[in-house]
Parts: sequence; structure tokens; C-alpha cells
Amino acid sequence: MDKDLKIIVVEEDRDRAIDIIDGLRDSGWSDVTVIGETTSLARKLAESEPDLVLIDLANPSRDMLENLSAASGARNRPVAMFVDHSDLEMTRAAMRAGLSAYVVDGLAKDRIKPVLETAIARFQVVSQMRTELDAAKQALSDRKTIDRAKGLLMRAKGVSENEALSGVAQDGDGSGPTSD
Amino acid sequence: MRAVLNCGYVPLVDAAPLVIAHELNFAAEEGIALNLLSQPSWSAVRDLLAHGQLDAAHILAPLPIAMSLGMGATTIQTDALMVLSANGNVIGVSLSLAEAMRSGHWSGRFDTPRETGNALIKACGGRLRIGVPFPHSMHTELFCYWLGVLGMNNASGLEIHTVPPHMMARAISEGEIDAFCVGEPWGSIAVEEGVAELVLPGRAIWGFAPEKVLGTRRDWINAHPEQARALVRAIYRATQWLENKENLPLASEVLARSEFLAVPEPVINRALSGQLTMRPGADDCHVPDFLRFHANAANFPWRSQAAWIGSRMAARLGMDPGSTIKTARGCFRSDLYREYLADLAPNLPLTSDKVEGAMSVATPVATTKGELILGPDCFFDGTKFDMSTDGR
Repeated sequence: MDKDLKIIVVEEDRDRAIDIIDGLRDSGWSDVTVIGETTSLARKLAESEPDLVLIDLANPSRDMLENLSAASGARNRPVAMFVDHSDLEMTRAAMRAGLSAYVVDGLAKDRIKPVLETAIARFQVVSQMRTELDAAKQALSDRKTIDRAKGLLMRAKGVSENEALSGVAQDGDGSGPTSD
Repeated sequence: MRAVLNCGYVPLVDAAPLVIAHELNFAAEEGIALNLLSQPSWSAVRDLLAHGQLDAAHILAPLPIAMSLGMGATTIQTDALMVLSANGNVIGVSLSLAEAMRSGHWSGRFDTPRETGNALIKACGGRLRIGVPFPHSMHTELFCYWLGVLGMNNASGLEIHTVPPHMMARAISEGEIDAFCVGEPWGSIAVEEGVAELVLPGRAIWGFAPEKVLGTRRDWINAHPEQARALVRAIYRATQWLENKENLPLASEVLARSEFLAVPEPVINRALSGQLTMRPGADDCHVPDFLRFHANAANFPWRSQAAWIGSRMAARLGMDPGSTIKTARGCFRSDLYREYLADLAPNLPLTSDKVEGAMSVATPVATTKGELILGPDCFFDGTKFDMSTDGR
């Protein structure tokens, strides 16, 4: 299979970038570069003339890429991946995974598809880790809220810690404190 | 069970109509619920709208036109059901550029587009990098129109860079751009951070420019006519509420909250009250019609406004003007606006076109039930854009 595509991954989080690059390299694409600092992103991209750019859907710097697609007369202009409605399923999978891609206009679909499949898989894993991290942080902050409420109840009602805790859990959303 | 509509917005003061429609229960009163989803970029808004994750969105006025023309991404027929706000942008320059303008005898006034533009062109030394939030935006069109009339364009050193609104202050402080055109509060934030000076409000270029619109896919409107109607009505009532000065403190308070803009209230207040601070420590400068949500038929999606945008896009990007203007006009749904608001709006214009830029003062025009005050809507160079001659 033809794997000489020039791929750029725009990702500020170093660990995440490494994970995505490893995934692509393991699958046979060797020309993969990361841009971690989004200052002058459009200029950096224009200079390196990639075939394909991968970037998190939630990255605010994405709009800087739109400049490239809008520039009239630009050679090899990259356009947003969601050009093609024929592969709706893949587009949806990419959006669910939080991946957006820009490909050079006219690049054959059978060359893009395997890259995207690999990237989607990687993005999914990372997104899931991020969701779990967020959930853990949320649980921690819930725990702190519960502790504060417990303290208040103990003071206000002169009850024991266990009684206060059961009072808080009943009044709350029912999730209760997480076990450590 | 009320229908829940997923509505996207980008954190800006002019997202207020959607936020207020939700927070003050106008949506609930019209029988719908809004799920407000803050978006990190205009491309994210566009893609999520195109693929149905969003039902409707606070969107740059030229963007539904660009989407319907298939520019930069997929072709999706997208319509503007109403205009959410008129004006509201500011142009700012780096401190060194402001200094250069002053040493070139710029008066430092906020309401002199011709003088300020000439000073800017002279001071930039043949190369000006301007940051705008998106290629297809009123920021791009207004800025290019302004400097174009004064003799500077792409061919003579004007470079347009895309920078997300909340990153504008950083971009100018790091020397990535020399100037910006951005929606509030992000221009005032750059002033607060001491990295830029404001030199012109957008309304000095065009006195009544459509800024953000309510964007929806046409097939969504066709599939959900009742929801579309309820949404337009709820937002219309929210803009009516926002027009009342007494409500502005509450509006700032709501917008300042962390889930919306997460910016201090006094900074948001500048745009809402039209009291802008041009440079750190300077006195406030009052700008009439700095940002309008409702009055003077601000919400009416004039087809002539769409035609102006289409004609500018065509000229700038080398597209066929006739077909571009035709598509643009079709995106601004004055027909649906009339239908949805027939019993709610006291006055609706009789036509969907007007001569843009024709009114130097507020002017009464005939409507369905009497009279409506329109304008002022002048272009800084006195140009009048007439659909019957310019639009073909």
C-alpha cells in the first residue's frame, strides 16, 4: 500500500501527540510531524506543504487552517475533510472521536481512508482517557463538596460523621462519595 | 415533552440573544428548550451544523452563504433565519503601530474612518498583517472594504490572518499580527492586557452591518418548521429584552458567568452600553449604535444585506458575482421571518431589499402596520449599494 503521505499532527499535549504519531508509524506511515506550538500555525503549515493535517475538533487553532483553504490561488490547498458525503459513517466516527482532518484537494480517497481509520482509533483511546480523567476530577471535586457539606451538617446539627455523611448522600444526587 | 434544540455559539458578547432566550425562559415560553453548546472555533460550529450535531447556531453573517456555496468544506444549503445583531466589532492595532500613527499626526479620534485608515496605511510601511476570526466573516469584509477604498489591498501588502477571537490579544502581543478586527469583549480584553489600542469601531465603516445571524440547515427547517418558528420567536423576544437599557446589568451578569464568557462584567458592559475604552487609562468614548440587537429592524434578514456580502466575497475571491449574489440572497430568509413573526412583530418591512447605505439619519419607512424607523446605515465613503443596479 502507498504510505508516502506527508502527515502533520497539530497537538499541544506532548503525550497525546506521541501516542498518535506512534499509532501512525506503527501502521507504516513514516513521514509524520507534530506541530505543538500553534503560533503562526498557518505559516508553518504552508511551508511544510503536508498532504494531510490531523487536528483535534476542539482545538481553537483549527480556524487558522481555514485560512489556507480560503486563500485563492494557493497551491495544494488543504480543505476540510468533511467534503465528502459518500463516506458519512467515517465522518461521523471521526467527529465522535473528536478528530478533524484537512486533506489536499484531489488526494485519492483510498489513500486517506486508512490514515483516518488509524487516527480515529488513536483519538478514541485518548478521548476516552481524557473523559475518564475528567470524571476522576469531577469525583474528586464532588468528594470535596461532600466533605464541606458534611462539616457544615456536623456543626449545625451536632451529629456524628457517619450520620452527617448519610444525610448528605440522601440529599445529594444519590451518587454518594466514591470509594478510593 | 418540549423539543430540545442543540444550539451552538462562540463565546462573544453578541451571543447574548441565544443566551438570554434560554436563561430568561423566552424559549420555554415558546415551547422549546435550548441546549446551549459553547464552541471552540467557527469551523467547529460549521462542521457540527453541517452534520446535524447542532440544530441551529450563532454564526458569522457570511458563513451560511459560504457553506451554501461550498467554500472551504462541504456544500450544505444553510440559511439565516434572522439577524442576531448589527455591528459590534472593533479594530485595534499594536502599541507600536499606534505610536507610529500618532507620530504621523493621527488625531487619535475614534470616529474618523478615512483619517484613521490613511494614518494606518502610512504607518504600517507597506505591510499590514491583520487578524480576523474567520476567512468568511464581516470582519474580513469590512476591513478589506475600508482599506480597499483607501487604496490598500492584498496586492499592496495587506495580509489576512485567521486568529480565534480569544487568542487575538496573544497574537498581537507576540507580534504575529499588527492589527485586528474582532468582536467584543476580545478587543477590550486586548486593551485591558495593555497589548493593543482600539482605533475604530466596525460601525464607522458601515453604519448598520449584519454581524451574526441565526444559522440552520435548510433541510432542518423543512423537517422542523414548528421548532424553527418557536426558535425565531424566542430569540426575537430576547433581542427585544436586550434593547431595554434597564436590562443591561442583568445581561452582563449572565454573560460574565463562567459557563458563557468567563470575562469580568465591566468589560462586557462596554460593548452593551457602547462606552468603549480605546487605550489603557483613556476616558470612555461613546459610540452610538456600537452593537444593536433589535431596534431599527436589526433582526430582519434583508436580502440586500446578503447581496452586499455576496458581491464582496465574489470580488475578493474571484467568483462569478451573478451566481454568488443569487445564492447569498436565497440564504437570508426574509420570507420565513415574516411568516414566523406575523403576529408578534408590530411592524414588518414591506420589501426584502433596501438600498444599503442610503440613510444618513434614522428614517421612517412604510411597513405592514404603519411605520418603522431604519438607519442610519451609511458606508464611510458614501457608497450606496442598490440591488436593482449593483446586484444584477
